[in-house]
Formats: sequence, structure tokens, C-alpha cells
Amino acid sequence: MATVETRGIKKTFGDIVAVNGVSLLTRDGEFLVLLGPSGCGKSTLLRMIAGFETPTEGELFIGGKVMNDLPPRARKIAMVFQSYALYPHMTVFKNIAFPLKAQGVAKSLIPQKVDWAAGLFGIGHLLQRKPRELSGGERQRVALARALVREPSVFLLDEPLSNLDAQLRASARDELQQFQRRIGTTTIYVTHDQVEAMGLGDRIVVMKAGTVRQIGTPQEIYNEPADTFVAGFVGSPPMNLVRHRDYLLGFRPENFHPKILNGNTKVVAFRFSVTRVEYLGADRLIYGTLIGDFSEQKVIARLPATVTVKIDPATSYDFTVPESELKFFDAGTERRIAPQPV
Amino acid sequence: MKSPAPIASAAQSSVAEKKRGFAILDSERWLGPLLIGPAVIYILLLVGVPFFMALYYSVSNTTSGGGTMGFVGLRNFSGVIGTPKFQTALKNTIIFGLISQALILVLSNALALALQHEFPGRRLIRFLILLPWVAPISIGTIAWLWIFDSTYSVLNWMLRLTGLIQGQGFMWLGLPHLAMGSIIAVHVWRQLPLATVILLAGYGSIPQDIHDAAAVDGAGFWRHFFQVTLPLVLPISLVALLFGLIFTFTDMVIIYNLTRGGPFDTTQVLASLAFYTGIAGGDLAEGAAIALFLFPLLLAVALGFLIIAHRAEVT
Repeated sequence: MATVETRGIKKTFGDIVAVNGVSLLTRDGEFLVLLGPSGCGKSTLLRMIAGFETPTEGELFIGGKVMNDLPPRARKIAMVFQSYALYPHMTVFKNIAFPLKAQGVAKSLIPQKVDWAAGLFGIGHLLQRKPRELSGGERQRVALARALVREPSVFLLDEPLSNLDAQLRASARDELQQFQRRIGTTTIYVTHDQVEAMGLGDRIVVMKAGTVRQIGTPQEIYNEPADTFVAGFVGSPPMNLVRHRDYLLGFRPENFHPKILNGNTKVVAFRFSVTRVEYLGADRLIYGTLIGDFSEQKVIARLPATVTVKIDPATSYDFTVPESELKFFDAGTERRIAPQPV
Repeated sequence: MKSPAPIASAAQSSVAEKKRGFAILDSERWLGPLLIGPAVIYILLLVGVPFFMALYYSVSNTTSGGGTMGFVGLRNFSGVIGTPKFQTALKNTIIFGLISQALILVLSNALALALQHEFPGRRLIRFLILLPWVAPISIGTIAWLWIFDSTYSVLNWMLRLTGLIQGQGFMWLGLPHLAMGSIIAVHVWRQLPLATVILLAGYGSIPQDIHDAAAVDGAGFWRHFFQVTLPLVLPISLVALLFGLIFTFTDMVIIYNLTRGGPFDTTQVLASLAFYTGIAGGDLAEGAAIALFLFPLLLAVALGFLIIAHRAEVT
């Protein structure tokens, strides 16, 4: 087991800066998620940790040792790829045995280790198949078993669930987390899917344009976003951001409710002109604009199905947000600032 | 009032004719055969007819001058197989084919592997490697003829200059083993580009993730190459090898230009021997028998390779 640390790590491809001075430190056994839109540099960062790319600047430590110039095989890491990257010409058994052979594990020990890894993922009956004869979910398990079998000190996962269908993805997410908890290996997981990030991560690193915007637990990221990018990227629908005086006011759609629902708490009131109502089963999404002080800015409210207040399009309502749920951002830097009088 | 009617009907009929013309082009029943027809006729006339003529010649007593076409059974085959000339040519064909293909396989793999990576001047090197393939082979071989010339050999000159030899230098094309070696060298030079290009395509089709996975899994260069890369380009390598082998067994341009089978028929292969016997010597029947001798073997080799390539198909 080991920690991963980057210190001011930077990677440029020609004129393009892919990763711009990222410093972070994992905890031992932590599940760390790198989250961000495509092109934010999260995969490049992971590829530098894996050793496929050399950092242009900065230092990389795994288990306290500088890794900058070591090849991938000297880093005691394992990686699961988005495409799974199984060796198509080898059986499942040979795929899982490959890293063992490459590391010179005694031949007599290999079958037993392969069986152990295959057993962990319930693929023991598939050992003689070729990857092309497996379903997407089975391939993913083989990829995980191959990564796990050599007992690496760090696990790197590059969007390993994105090729699965939605239903399978939910169960695979659950299994992945349970399995990580059980083996307790430091894991770095790259995704652009905020639901995956929130569900899996002990901590989430939110990235944009090669820089880290915020590092925190899912709760911190969601409830206390460090800037408007994090506020808008995490949460579906995203946090409402409205301009007010010289700052931006943010509030989550689920805290934006009809006035009658927010009984005695201290609230801020808005006049909300509804344009459209969307029924999503468990929730109702209400689209509209704020009128009055907030000059026609678009916002969304989210009401659980248990709230049955009648809301109609083309009608105005009094909505409120509890004062404690309001977030304030600087209009220029877009960074979080202290609460302001509304 | 008479005249407009015929004009109208003529116009109508021409429209109808045009429509019929288009209708043939539009109908899949006619358009397909129409388009593939020229190719079929071409193959039948220029490949099929000569092939079957050669088949018949090989069991006849035809000569290029005489008009006889009598059937003699397998006499041509049994007559020629025992001759030392034929046995040398057969041995040479096998040596020539196997050594040149082995060299090409190793060198083209090394080249393709090297050309995979980015380095300054890669485009230029790629272009230069393709050159022998694009240039007309007879011109290339004539250049080699000078390189191997007994008096003016550039090769000897360079060897003398670097102090590796002294005095006269080698008679590259004058001694049996050196002549065979020279022929193999030129053949490798000529076929290497095609094999390299085929393999480059093969290497390029392996996803980068697979290479990354092998690197992370701890494979060093040799394990990575022999256990991951090579098996994945095996099907396409076999296709390249198949083409190369058949081409080598059936071609005689280099031998014709460099040694004409000499010295003393020691560099004759079956293809060149068939030419010298059948065309230059006028014994069409025996020439055809020599040319067809390897046909069953080549057919079997081709089928075998195609089956292996099909089985080895991955993903």
C-alpha cells in the first residue's frame, strides 16, 4: 500500500497545457476520484501517474519515492482502462496470468493466484474463454482481476464503467466500491460522470483546464463548492447562479421551494415565473425565470414527488430559499466569498 | 397537320429509348454483370487461357517452332525431374525463397517497429524505404549490377577503403555462392518495402491501450514484443509472408538481370529455368512442365496460410 503525491506537476503538448501545476496527496487506502469535463487534463494526470507520460515539470511520488523517470512496470501500479485493453489473443486465464509471469512469479504459484483473483470477481467459469466471447460486464471483471492479481500498491482506473449500460453500471459501481474497501488499496479513479464520482469517492478532485478547482469529500464538493465551476458541474440539475448586486448568488434547485413549504426558517424570497414543468417520477423540475430584483434570470426548482403543491406554467409564484443554503461567489474571480446581505 | 404527329412520336420513342437505356443501368440484374464483365473477361483471357494452355503444354510435345500438339502424358515431368539442372534449380528456388523470406520477415518487423515511433526525419526514412518498391525493378537491378560489377564494384571499393579487404576484391556475380547471396540481397532490398508497409498497417491497428496495459503489467521489451505485439500482427504477417513467398517462387526478373542463371546455371531457379527452357530454348512443353512443377505446392502453401490467418484472427 502506498500514497500518491504530485507536486506542481505540469504537462504540455507543444503549445497546449494539458495539466497545469497540480499538487495533491492521497491518503493511504483512499478512493480518490478525478472529476472533470473532457479535456480537463484528468486522464493526462492519470497517465503521468501510470508512467505513460513524463511530466514536463513537477515531481511525482508513489510510496514516498520519486517516480518521474521510472517506467510503468517499476511503479507497482495496476491500471484498468476504459477499453479494458484485454489481450485479445489470450484466454482469460492467460490475461490474468500475464502480469504474474512478467513479474517472475514462480510458475507453480500462478494458477492458484489466478483462481483467487478470478474468484473475487466471480469469473472462475470463464477462464478458458477469449475476450471476444465475453460480455461487456465480464470483460470489465477480467480487467479488474488482471489488475488486482499482482497485488499492486496503487490502483488506477480510467473511466472503467463508461462502456457498460446504465443498469450494469450501477451494480458495477457498487461492486467496485465494496471490493476497494475490502482490499484497501489506494485507488485513483478518473471519470467525467459526477454521479460516479459522488457515489464512489472518499474524496473528489474537481479539475478544469488542467488545474484543480477543489478537493474534498462528496459532501464538501456538493454543499460547499469552492467556485462557480464546481457549483455548476456537480449536481443535476446544477446549482442556480444568479447575479445580484456585485456578486453571484447560488442555491441548489432542491432548496428552492414554494414559500408555503419553508415554514419558520429564515428565508430569502424570490418571485418565480414558471415556464415549464417536467415530471420525472420521483421529482418535479420546474423551469422559469426570476422577476423583480433579479431581472429575468433563469433558474430551476426541484420538488420531490411527495410535495404535491400545484404548479402551472405561465404563472408566477412566491418561492424561497433558506438563508443557510445560499452560497456567495465573487462576480469577477468566481471564487466563493463570505455571505453578503441580500 | 400531318407533320407534328411523327415528330411527336419520334420524340416520344427517343425518350422511351433513353428510358430503356437508363432502365438497364438502373436494374441490378444488368448493372452488376455489366460492371464486373470487363474484369472477368480480362482475367479469363490473360490469366485463365494461358494457365490452361500451360497445363496442356506440360503434357504435350509442343515446341515453339513446330506445329505438333501431341499428348505425351507426364513424360515431360519424368524427363526433366532427373536432370541435375532441374535439381539445382529446385534446390535454389527453395533456398532463395526461404532465406529471402526469413530475412524480409525479420527486417520488415524491425523496420516497422522502429518506424512506429516518432523521431526527426521519420517521413524521409519512410519515403526512402518505399523507394525500391516504387522504382521499376529492372532499373533498380541494373544499378545493383554496377554495385556487383567485377571491375568497378562499389562494394569492393568501399571494402577496400575501409581496409576490410585488399587487392582485387570479390567477384560478386562470378562465384556460385556469392552470386546466390547477391541475388538474395537484391530480392530482400526489393521486397522489404511492401512487407514493411503491410506490417506498419498491422502495428498501427493495435490499440495504444493494449501497449499501455502490457507496460503497466510489467512486460519488458522482448515479452511485450513476442507475447503481445507479434501475436496481434501475426495474421497480417502471414498474409505478407504468403505474398512474398509466392512472388519469390514465381519471379525471375532479378536473376534474369543479374546473372542470367549463371555462372554455369548455379543460380537458376525454377521460374528462370522454365523461361530459358521454354522461351529461349524453344521447348515449350518442358518449360511448362518446369513452371507448373511448384504449382500444387504453392496452392497448398497459400491455402494453409489463409487458414492459419483466418484462425488467428483476433477481436
